[in-house]
Amino acid sequence: MDLKLKVWRQKNAEDKGGLVEYQLNDIEGHMSFLEMMDILNEQLISEGQEPVSFDHDCREGICGACSMHINGEPHGPDAGTTTCQLHMRKFNDGDTIFIEPFRAKAFPVIKDLVVDRSAFDRIQHAGGYISVNTSGNTQDANSIPVPKVNADKAFDAATCIGCGACVAACKNASAMLFVSAKVSQFALLPQGEVEAKDRALNMVKQMDAEGFGNCTNTGACEAECPKGISLENIARLNREYLSASVTTDH
Amino acid sequence: MSWLTKTLSSSIGKKVLMAITGLFLCSFLIIHLMGNLQLFKDDGGYAFNTYTVFMTTNPLIKTVSYVLYFSILFHAVWGIYLEYQNKKARPQGYAMSKNQGSLASRNMAILGTIIFVYIAVHLGDFWYEYKFGHLPYVTYTESLSTGEVTAIETLPDSYTQEVKMLETFNEAEGTKSITVKDLYVEAEEAFSKPLLVIFYVISMVVLGFHLLHGFQSGFQTLGLNHPKYNPLIKKVGIWVFAILIPFAFAVIPVYFLIK
Repeated sequence: MDLKLKVWRQKNAEDKGGLVEYQLNDIEGHMSFLEMMDILNEQLISEGQEPVSFDHDCREGICGACSMHINGEPHGPDAGTTTCQLHMRKFNDGDTIFIEPFRAKAFPVIKDLVVDRSAFDRIQHAGGYISVNTSGNTQDANSIPVPKVNADKAFDAATCIGCGACVAACKNASAMLFVSAKVSQFALLPQGEVEAKDRALNMVKQMDAEGFGNCTNTGACEAECPKGISLENIARLNREYLSASVTTDH
Repeated sequence: MSWLTKTLSSSIGKKVLMAITGLFLCSFLIIHLMGNLQLFKDDGGYAFNTYTVFMTTNPLIKTVSYVLYFSILFHAVWGIYLEYQNKKARPQGYAMSKNQGSLASRNMAILGTIIFVYIAVHLGDFWYEYKFGHLPYVTYTESLSTGEVTAIETLPDSYTQEVKMLETFNEAEGTKSITVKDLYVEAEEAFSKPLLVIFYVISMVVLGFHLLHGFQSGFQTLGLNHPKYNPLIKKVGIWVFAILIPFAFAVIPVYFLIK
């Protein structure tokens, strides 16, 4: 298929940037979106132009590195799919495809389609972990009983790959779905209980400090999440945060 | 910073304030509608006008009404502040966006602003007129034996704007007379203007859309999300708050216009 691409090009964080149009021919439906981008870059290099910068790593939908806002949606038109797993057969011959970086104040553009998502790392550092004694007497996790329903919900929350599609899709650039998944995966398990209160308080505090917007429950994040993280997690985060606020000693 | 200000100034706390004031305003709508349904009674406004006196003089209701005025102002100002913050969180928009999420949920600030303008107009039409305007007075004479009520427009000299209700008994004739400000006739007069009726009806449609998202969103913000009661919240939000209540309110001006 032949495609017309409108790709966001921006030299660096200070550059104003803009959409640049490229014509790309003979693209096969079996290709992934990133392979299509690779071919675009081959073409640009052979023409002596600067290739388009974009994030990618595992290319099998589990690392959360790839991003891109494709035709108005993070990770493109296919539901429950990351950009690397998006096949070109989802597009038609002659289509125009808009390719933009994720947009948020907390995700500044570094170059072209690459945005700085280290805000998510800092939120994780603020509480997205459990403390485990590793001095040789680590308890086997399976020796602690966990209700099946909680284990399932914790696992569903833990499938969040931290790609930032929720922020990109939200009209308020809110990171609530990400933070709620990271809080939920521990809040539901006995191992996470010890630090549950501080985790909720500190991760929300860091989220606010990073300049993400406020959640208005539009559900856009859930609709665009490649891992199908549920809004139920946001309600749980609200509960965890509010109950921690009124029960902690500090 | 105290723990309370810290909590309420977090993004979750800010939303909790919106949810609490919003759901309180929802509860007010039920009371307001129940009172207003008395306008449909074909009694020359007897039930409605005496109810109005009760609502403006009862100390408990007066106290709640101040909480109500505060909630309306707070919900509006805080909502605009949050919208401003949310806009700031994405300084540069997309060239193309699919805009996931319902139309109502994406436009709460615009819908809310229209409702706020409506409330200002509505208070000007009735609350201001009742308190500071020059409404006619009406005397209802009720026969204590038959319960029959007759209404006569009056303007006795002894009345000042402060007097809300004067009740007299005539033992010889076996009647009870009540003289009150006639807010019912004010409704009749206001809703004889087609443009105002159209504005009221449109405002109620806007209110319906605002509540379509707002009612259930309030519960989600408070952390009340569970498969057991989610369907109930959704159903009440759609059928009662987004459809039934705005529809019933919208019928009132239309009823007076065609009466």
